[in-house]
Amino acid sequence: MNFSRPARLEQALEQLCDNDWTILAGGTDYYPALRSEAPRGAVLDITAIETLRGIETTASGVRIGALTTWTDIVNAELPPAFLALQQAAVEVGSVQIQNRATIAGNLCNASPAADGVPPLLVLDASVELQSQAGTRTVPLHEFIQGNRRTVRNPQELVSAIVVSADSCHGSSAFNKLGARKYLVISIGMVAVRAVCSADHIEQISVAVGSCSEVAQRLRSVESLLAGKPSNSQTVALIDHRHLSELKPIDDIRATAKYRRDAALQIIKRTVATSIGVQQ
Amino acid sequence: MTSGQITLQVNGKSQTLSAQPLERLSNVLRHHGYTGTKTGCDAGDCGACSVMIDGELACACLVPVAQVAGSNIETVEGLADQSQLSTLQNAFAQHGAAQCGICTPGMLIAATRLLQDTSSPSRTQVEDALGGVLCRCTGYRKIVDAVLSAGQSVDAPAPAVGSAIGARVERLDGIAKINGSDLFGADVIPPDALRLRLIRSPMHSAAFEFGDIDAWVSQQPGVEAVFTSADIPGRNCFGVIPPFADQVVFAESFTRFKGEAVAAVVGAAAEIQSLDLSTFPVNWQARNEVLTPQTAMQPDATLVHEFRSGNLLIEGLVQTGNAKDQITASKYAATGHYTTPFIEHAYIEPEAGLATRVGDRIEIHTCTQTAGMAQEDLAAIMDLPLSAIRVLPTSVGGGFGSKLDLSIQPFLCLAAWSLNKPVAGVYSRIESMQTTTKRHPSDIHINVACDDKGKLTAIDFEGVFNTGAYASWGPTVANRVPIHASGPYYVPNYRAHSVAVHTNTAPAGAFRGFGVPQAAIALECVLDKLADAAQIDRLQFRLTNALNNNQPTVTGQVFKQGVGISECLKALEPAWLRAGENASTYNQSAGRYRKGCGLGTCWYGCGNTSLPNPSTIKIAVDSEANVVLHQGAIDIGQGANTVMAQIAADTMGVALSSIVLVGPDTDITPDAGKTSASRQTFVTGNAVVLAATALRETILREVNASADSRLEMHDGQITIDDGQQNHRIPLTGRECDGHGYVFTAIETYDPPTSDLDENGQGEPYAQYGYGAQLVELTVDMELGTVKLDKLTSAHDVGRAINPLLIEGQIEGGATQGIGMALMEEFIPGVAENLHDYLIPTIGDIPEFEHHIIEVEDAEGPYGAKGLGEHVLIPTAPAILNAIRDASGAEICDLPATPDKVLAAIQAVNR
Repeated sequence: MNFSRPARLEQALEQLCDNDWTILAGGTDYYPALRSEAPRGAVLDITAIETLRGIETTASGVRIGALTTWTDIVNAELPPAFLALQQAAVEVGSVQIQNRATIAGNLCNASPAADGVPPLLVLDASVELQSQAGTRTVPLHEFIQGNRRTVRNPQELVSAIVVSADSCHGSSAFNKLGARKYLVISIGMVAVRAVCSADHIEQISVAVGSCSEVAQRLRSVESLLAGKPSNSQTVALIDHRHLSELKPIDDIRATAKYRRDAALQIIKRTVATSIGVQQ
Repeated sequence: MTSGQITLQVNGKSQTLSAQPLERLSNVLRHHGYTGTKTGCDAGDCGACSVMIDGELACACLVPVAQVAGSNIETVEGLADQSQLSTLQNAFAQHGAAQCGICTPGMLIAATRLLQDTSSPSRTQVEDALGGVLCRCTGYRKIVDAVLSAGQSVDAPAPAVGSAIGARVERLDGIAKINGSDLFGADVIPPDALRLRLIRSPMHSAAFEFGDIDAWVSQQPGVEAVFTSADIPGRNCFGVIPPFADQVVFAESFTRFKGEAVAAVVGAAAEIQSLDLSTFPVNWQARNEVLTPQTAMQPDATLVHEFRSGNLLIEGLVQTGNAKDQITASKYAATGHYTTPFIEHAYIEPEAGLATRVGDRIEIHTCTQTAGMAQEDLAAIMDLPLSAIRVLPTSVGGGFGSKLDLSIQPFLCLAAWSLNKPVAGVYSRIESMQTTTKRHPSDIHINVACDDKGKLTAIDFEGVFNTGAYASWGPTVANRVPIHASGPYYVPNYRAHSVAVHTNTAPAGAFRGFGVPQAAIALECVLDKLADAAQIDRLQFRLTNALNNNQPTVTGQVFKQGVGISECLKALEPAWLRAGENASTYNQSAGRYRKGCGLGTCWYGCGNTSLPNPSTIKIAVDSEANVVLHQGAIDIGQGANTVMAQIAADTMGVALSSIVLVGPDTDITPDAGKTSASRQTFVTGNAVVLAATALRETILREVNASADSRLEMHDGQITIDDGQQNHRIPLTGRECDGHGYVFTAIETYDPPTSDLDENGQGEPYAQYGYGAQLVELTVDMELGTVKLDKLTSAHDVGRAINPLLIEGQIEGGATQGIGMALMEEFIPGVAENLHDYLIPTIGDIPEFEHHIIEVEDAEGPYGAKGLGEHVLIPTAPAILNAIRDASGAEICDLPATPDKVLAAIQAVNR
């Protein structure tokens, strides 16, 4: 087997050109997937590239380095728009996992139940990919193609998650539904970011995870709510007709029907929280 | 790191260790002697391997060593300052926070990290900090309490002579469990031992043919040998109940369940670990499979075993009076159909062991619940005399019934014997879940009737149990279940029939209650419906029907004393009334949440059903005046080491500190039987009473002292004060037997039972234990989620030998009941890990309150009754009844996951 742990991004990009590497970061998805077998193939450990870790806030927005851990995100000073992401961060596995698992790993692993995706979707986040050929930035909803599938080419490395300043407004909230308290893979989860005026919803983003192959924004809910008063009557307007974009499946965690019903409830609750409605 | 070497600090000490860059830190630590760090899942699901890396918590199983070069790793071994335990470690000992101890290092590390930042954490902070570590024994509360009280620890005084029984004695084997030195099955493996891995069936049932194994071996560096069924010197057959033994060590031409072994590959450790088993030369051909009893019982179904027609392993019947007619004739009747799935024991320690050939004998160190039964089956498999097998049980990281059956041991013995080298193996989590025994899935129909005053008139019970591919403990669902399906009630007309049916799934075996918890769910849920029909309070209904002394059980057995169910129910009465009032007040104003409360009860016969069930105890005095207790009742975390010592000390009339434990070892410790059937405190406890009494009498006789003399063990001498004079027996220099003992007593106790007739009538058990639990919970009516608020228990233990350990049993058993009720379902081929198979975490546990009831039993040691399994039985029905009470939702197909609860709520509202 082949193992490399370069300290510089350029080295990593160079190596990615000439081998079929498995990229290793926090290891929290890599090792479980081995199912107790020994590692095989070529593994490129990128954790020594220190420039890939950390959160940078500039006038153009927020840039989250690929190797930023969930604990880093929890501890970061971020605008209220990132509350959902921080609330999701403490729901990722356990403290042990949050200390090592990285934000880019969560996206590249592309699980339908990835906790980080809905909060990043409501932030209109993009994924920055680098290769020797250059850098490209892909909207998150295009980056994840399906269960365990992304648009990343084998020569590319995810270098950062980028949120533009336009999307850093408002306040957000996150809810995860599982069959137990800790260490749980979600049955469904919802992130909502709302920009409200004194009494109206100016702009709202709603994303649902674990209820389709890829977590997704619910445009029909968003257009329903935008411009409405920030009150409980508005929350009550949301019903099943607005959830047709979801394609939940039956699996060991829940039935598809339940996911539809539960998604509606947690959407309502998360919207209510994000627009400041008492429940 | 340079290839093959890594330099890091472990507990502040710089170390250069040999390792490959992607090796899991957990394996590297363990390989270099830091076996206090446990591995339970290799997937970050259990947290047992938690360590601190440069001060931050991590699962060492998910960390490549390459990432920690130069880092400081803190493990459990570093928590104590020299031998001075930390205040947290002391708190763990005092609170009984460690049972089996396998999760304890991870819990301690996580808690230590919390306390570094937060010296006085809240309960929620403790739960958040420890949420990543699973415990299957304790029910978590005592762990949380220990963390909350760390720093306030005070040394509890040792119990006075004669007062060990009844005292909240800390575990005598507890220090090793909290300082990381305890040795479990995988901890005794020397780094240079050969390792063994297994080739397993990828299908539920498959015919197979091997290719050229020799050629394959020759191409695999480090592989020394492959073993198959052809290599077994004796019987390729084992089983815990000899008349039904049917399980093969290796499948011979076809497999009967997914994961069944067909070959073992043995070789040097590093090479075997990295071997790609998918290249092994075997061709699989799918066979017809039957996965449920419903298909297995079809007339044309493929037979799992040719000699068991209809795939029927066994059926059982208990009947008295005329149940069917009485149900029709009774004023009120209620009926139900309940199904439960496979349930996995999910102990955090996977099966492991080390076998060594010593001349013409084999010594095997392994985690087992029964040294004696393992020895018998291994001797037959190896075609060796019993005396040629020495079983040395390690500490057991959770058992709950599944470690009664052989698992990895036959493979290790065969390889070690054939190669004449030490051979070790550890099951992966997936192997452990795929191949070891499970709780029987059940499909139960029940009819229950009562008269206009609420007196039960009849129960009719029909149960179908999936026993999987092999018999294992399947016969218990035919004998134990029909006896217990009446619950602890007087039922004049009764018919209970159950069958155990083979399928191509993992064998179902023993799991805390042998089928009785499944039966209790059916009965207790229907009793609520019946009480409602008769318009009688649910607790009063149970009290009305509670079995009393001098009333016959459904097998016609009459106990003149010791029946304690009424006392348990009465103890819950105040809490029941308060809970009901709370819930109805809350529900008047509630929106999406509704509260409810529910009851469950249990009775459970201690020991084997109508079968001999002896325990033998040896106790001796050596020349230094130690009282040496050869303690063969294997302590799997429940506390037998402590309980037996307490009984020995008080019976001998000496201080508890005078007792020295010698652990189970088939060469030197007599067989105290298996740790199962809630029998150790009762059966082995009685053997301790007999042996300790005999030893005391022998000592007193030597100086002609009276029976009530005071006896003191000093350094090398015994003094005896009989009220008139002080006798002295000097021991130093005195002639000893071959074992170094001056005085020895060996005694056996076997509980009196009788055979059951064709109607199941007779005296199957010498004692039963009783209990009841009350659950209060909140249901989210929109999401179907259930939050447990409080569990109040009342268990009749006869005599509480050790209340601290009793609470630990109740909380741990109830927590397994919580899992059974709300989340646990093993699906063969699907939920084979600890993130798809969910067990309760530290955040899923209610507040506990316990009433320890002591209705002494004439047959028990000092009146004590068994408890280990009882504690799980009432929990799941109490939860289901509380869900119905809160929401109207009736859950008949377990587990009550949010989707099922919501569907049931919607069905009520439709």
